[in-house]
This record gives sequence, C-alpha cells and structure tokens, in this order.
Amino acid sequence: MFHRTIGTAALGLAIMVATGISASAQIKIGAVLSITGPASFLGDPEKKTLEMYVDDINAKGGVNGQKLKLIVYDDSGDANNARTFATRLVEEDKIDAMVGGTSTGSTLAMIPVFEEAQVPFISLAGAIQIVEPVRKWVFKTPHTDKMACEKIFADLQQRHLITIAIISGTDAFGKSMRDQCVAAAPNWGITVAYEESYGPRDSDMTPQLTNIRNKASLQAVVNTGFGQGPAIVTRNYRQLGIDTPLYESHGVASKQYIELAGPAADGVRLPAAALLVAEKLADNDPQKPVVVAYSRAYQQRTGEAVSTFGGHAYDGLMILVQALQRAKGADRANVRDEIERTKGYIGTGGIVNMSAADHLGLDLSAFRMLEIKNGDWTLIPEAKS
Amino acid sequence: MAEFLQFFFSGLTVGSVYALVALGFTLIYNASDVINFAQGEFVMLGGMSTVFLALGGIPLPLAALLAIVITTAVGLALHRFAIEPARDATAVSLIVITIGASIFLRGVAQVIFDKRFHSLPPIFGSEPLRIGGAAILPQSLVVFGGATAIVVLLWLFIDRTLLGKAVIATAVNRLAARLVGIDTRRIVALSFAVSAAIGALAGVLITPLALTSYDVGTLLALKGFAAAMLGGIGSALGAVIGGLVLGMLEAFSAGYLSSKYKDAVAFIVLLAVLLAMPRGLLGRGKIERV
Repeated sequence: MFHRTIGTAALGLAIMVATGISASAQIKIGAVLSITGPASFLGDPEKKTLEMYVDDINAKGGVNGQKLKLIVYDDSGDANNARTFATRLVEEDKIDAMVGGTSTGSTLAMIPVFEEAQVPFISLAGAIQIVEPVRKWVFKTPHTDKMACEKIFADLQQRHLITIAIISGTDAFGKSMRDQCVAAAPNWGITVAYEESYGPRDSDMTPQLTNIRNKASLQAVVNTGFGQGPAIVTRNYRQLGIDTPLYESHGVASKQYIELAGPAADGVRLPAAALLVAEKLADNDPQKPVVVAYSRAYQQRTGEAVSTFGGHAYDGLMILVQALQRAKGADRANVRDEIERTKGYIGTGGIVNMSAADHLGLDLSAFRMLEIKNGDWTLIPEAKS
Repeated sequence: MAEFLQFFFSGLTVGSVYALVALGFTLIYNASDVINFAQGEFVMLGGMSTVFLALGGIPLPLAALLAIVITTAVGLALHRFAIEPARDATAVSLIVITIGASIFLRGVAQVIFDKRFHSLPPIFGSEPLRIGGAAILPQSLVVFGGATAIVVLLWLFIDRTLLGKAVIATAVNRLAARLVGIDTRRIVALSFAVSAAIGALAGVLITPLALTSYDVGTLLALKGFAAAMLGGIGSALGAVIGGLVLGMLEAFSAGYLSSKYKDAVAFIVLLAVLLAMPRGLLGRGKIERV
C-alpha cells in the first residue's frame, strides 16, 4: 500500500516534469482568426496557411531547435470574442508571440491586451490605425487602407475619372478606408461627390445603388469593405445596369468574391498583392519566386485557389520566424526588436523594410492594380509617372 | 418615379421573405401558443441544403425538393423531441427551448455544411427586366410569386379541407378541439412541418438573390418576428401584410433616409408595436371569460 502510493506519486511527478520540460521547449504562437462569420473568406485561408507552414517548419526541426506550437481561436468576426481569446492566450496559454487579428475590428480590440502583456503582435488586418500611431508591440503585414485609396486614386487620375462616389460598409475596415479615401482625395485631384453605406450583413443594396445611379455627374464608384457585402454590391450594380467603372478594395482579393459576384465582377478593378497574379508576373520580378511557391503549395495542400489573406498570414509567420532566428530565442523583448529590424524581406505582400517609425514596411509599389476579366485576375500595367 | 419603383420592388422582394417567415411564426403560434425562434433556421436549412445537394451532383430542382423535405423532417423532429416533451411547460420555457434549438441547428449546420457564403443560380437567368425605369431581377418576381402561391394554397387548405378546419379548431380552443376528437398533438406537429416547409421554400427562392450561410437564420427570425408582431400575432393575413410592410419600410428608409440604419428599422418597428399597438394591425385581443 505504501509502495503503491510512492509509486503513483513518483509516476505523477515524472509525468509533470516530462510535460513541463517538453512544454518549455516549445515556442507558443497564438492566433485569433475570424474563421467563421462574415470575414470567413479571410480567416479560413489564414488558418490553413498558418497550420500548413507551422507543420512544415516543425518537420524541418523547428526554430533554433525548438518546435513551434500554434494555438488558434475563432472569433467569428466579433471583436468582443477576439478580446476574450486574446486575454486567454496571454493568461492561460502564455504565448510568446501572436500572429492574427483577421479584421480591423478584432485587431483594435486586442491591441491593449498585447501591449499591456508585452507580447509581439503581428496583425493581419487592413486599417492604418493599427500602425499609425506606432505602438511598440504591434506590427502588421497587409497593405493599409490608405495605400489602397492612393493606388485607386492613381489609377483614377490616369483614366481622368475625377468625380466619384464612395459606397462603404459600416464595419471597421469599410469605414476606416472610407475615411482615408475622403482625406486623401484632394491630394490626387479627386472629388468625392456622393456617399452611401450598407451593413456588412445586408442582403440587398439596390436602394443605395439606385441613388448612386441617379447622380449624373459621377465618373467612378469606389466600394470599401470586405466579405459578403461587396459581392452583393457588385451583383446589384450590374443588375441595375450601372456601367460607371467600379473599384473595390483589397478586402475582396479572393476567388470567393468572384464566385459569389459571378459575371457581374467582370470589369471591376482593385488594388491587390502580386500573389493573385503570381504566374503572370514578369520573370525578373523579385516577388515572383516567393508568390509562385506559396501559391502552388497552398493550392496543392488545400485544393483551393490562393488568396491574399492567406498570403498575409504567411508573411506574418515568416517575419516572426526570421525574427525568432535572429533573436536566437523566444524572449519577447528581443523578438520584438528583431521584428522591427526586418529589412529586405520578400513576401507575398511586397518587400518589407520595417523600422521604429514604420511597423508595416511596405510602400505603394507593393500593391498592383488588377482588373477582373472572365472570372480571373489580370494585371494592369503600371502607370508611367 | 423610377427610383420609387426600384425601392418598391426591393421592398417587395425582401418583404416576401419576411412574410413567409412571419407566416411560419403565426402557424405554430396559432396551433400551440409557442413562438418558434428556430423559424429562421428553417430558411437557412432550405437554402444551404439545396446548395450542398446540388454541389454533390443532384440536379437543382430535385435538390430543392429534397431540401424542403429534409427541413420538414427537421421541423417535425423539433416538435417531437423538443416541444412535445415539454408541452406542459410555461410559454416562456417553450420559447427558450426554441431559442436553444435554433442555436443547436446553427451549430450542426456549421459542421455538416461549412462556414462560407453560398449562392444558387437564379431560376430565370440574371438579366434584369426594365419596368418603368426600374431594373428588377426575375428572381425577385419568383420570390414574390412563390410567397403569393404559398399564401393562397394555405388559405385553400385552411378554408376548404377538413384537416384545415381542425387546425382552426385547435387554434381557437385546444381543449374543445380535443373533446370533439381532434388529435391536437398531430395538428401541432403538422403546423411545425408546414412552417418548416414554408421556411425552406423561402430559403431556396431567396438564396440566388441574398446568398446564404450557416448564420443567416438569426437576423431573419428576428425580423420575421417583428413582421408577425406588426401584422398581429395570430393572424395569417396580418403576418403576410406585416412582412411586406416591413420590407417596404426597410427599402424606403434605406433609399430616402439613410442606409446606415436599415437593420434598425425592424427593431424600431418591433418596439413601436409592442409599446403602442401590441395587438398589431390585424390581431384580435384575447378575451377571457371569468
């Protein structure tokens, strides 16, 4: 009886010590993504990409000899859920770094948690407020909404379309990009003559688009938003027979948008990362090897077409992994410093050069202007300016 | 004038869906005093099942029919396993049970289907018709026509068949109905089945326009409930009118006022009805003999 008690106690102690040791040998990466809900076609590829590449890295021996452990939570597109999961990641799972925050709303909700816990946070969301003003522990990989506006305005300028309407989603990204566009428009000689908006879960935008159609002076329409909303806007747009040029944001940079919008998507222009036209890039384009490799790997492993959102997750993970390698350990402050020192990283989104004042590291050349033709992305040659 | 027509048709389309959901609420409420908040899930199941059956290779008309049959079976199962065992519970408990059922159905849908948005091809093509300067998709007319057909069929059933009379009898006084030999349990099950079928058909018809995903049911149920309250809970004609009026209010407020508050319209209507006019437009007050 006594021996049995000693035996069980020893076994229990051994198990505790063993799991304790193996746990501390892992680098824990947290990810709060919108795998379900209105942002599902952003969050789902992000999750698949992170899981794919963490498995790959672990199969090759991990980072600095330590395996990576990925902890994923689904916030369903709800910023409140995101905040709860962020707290859980910090307090219970005790992560070393975070790559996630599919949408602007969830990211902004989680930032205070990670800033206070001093955990490096690489966000996958669009709005510029995430990195402006620069916060010590927060970085991001996707192009900002401000850059999207500027890329669209550059194209509008080239086509001499200067009076435009903006129809925006009332979600955080749609609203933020609308604000950025309205602020940047005067610098490009563009006049925003009219505005409408819709809820991200609305199923019919014909009233708003009818009003837009009736404004005779409009030369182009810009739709800011992501997920299901722009698909319905595009369908309603063609249904009403509006032939004014329609621009979307990079929030629709996924084949699922083309599937949902159908033939209505033909002729729509949008700024997006080179990833979508990987095979069509010039051979001497520095991004081509990276985007083609990721594109093929993703398509092979998941059977789905690649999207820029998965690409942002790939960039976020790779930047973190390279920072971990340079920091030679998982100490959060060192990793943060190394993320900030990322220079010349060629990713799916562009070439990244971060600094203390720039936690994004991309410039306008990282965006390409695309047009949808026959259900596929085509590259529009750059304006010579 | 053209834009008025455009808003009108937009309101008609979405109003037809609300009308069908509200009709489902009313049918079940009449037969059993239960407000079934899983009504929206029936619409979702109709749309999603059709999509996935069609993706599996079944021709579209057959997929739609099968989807309606499956949803009807779900409605019957809901009655048999969730409502029937709790038939002596208070009204509030029964409502909470239906809310639980709706959450359950949504969870199952996530697992069996997926979490993405899906569409269906429209029945008569996607070339819009030009009527008086407004552009209407043929599918909108299909939705409205379908809703009208269902209402007419339902009315014929209630008015012209013996089983329909039994349904009315159960709605008027359940005890008396049982005393004259009507099996009220079967009638309540029938009301669940018919509501589920109506909801599923609405789902199949609206998916080419409004897309579908596993969680479209929640907002639809709330708006359908607002429509049913507006028309007067307990009145089938009221449900239809309430649905159409709510759809129109949404479309016109989005077009003429501000599109930001479109979703709020249904809830403002609900609040206004509950505060000022609880009986709704066509509802009768409950008279109790003491």
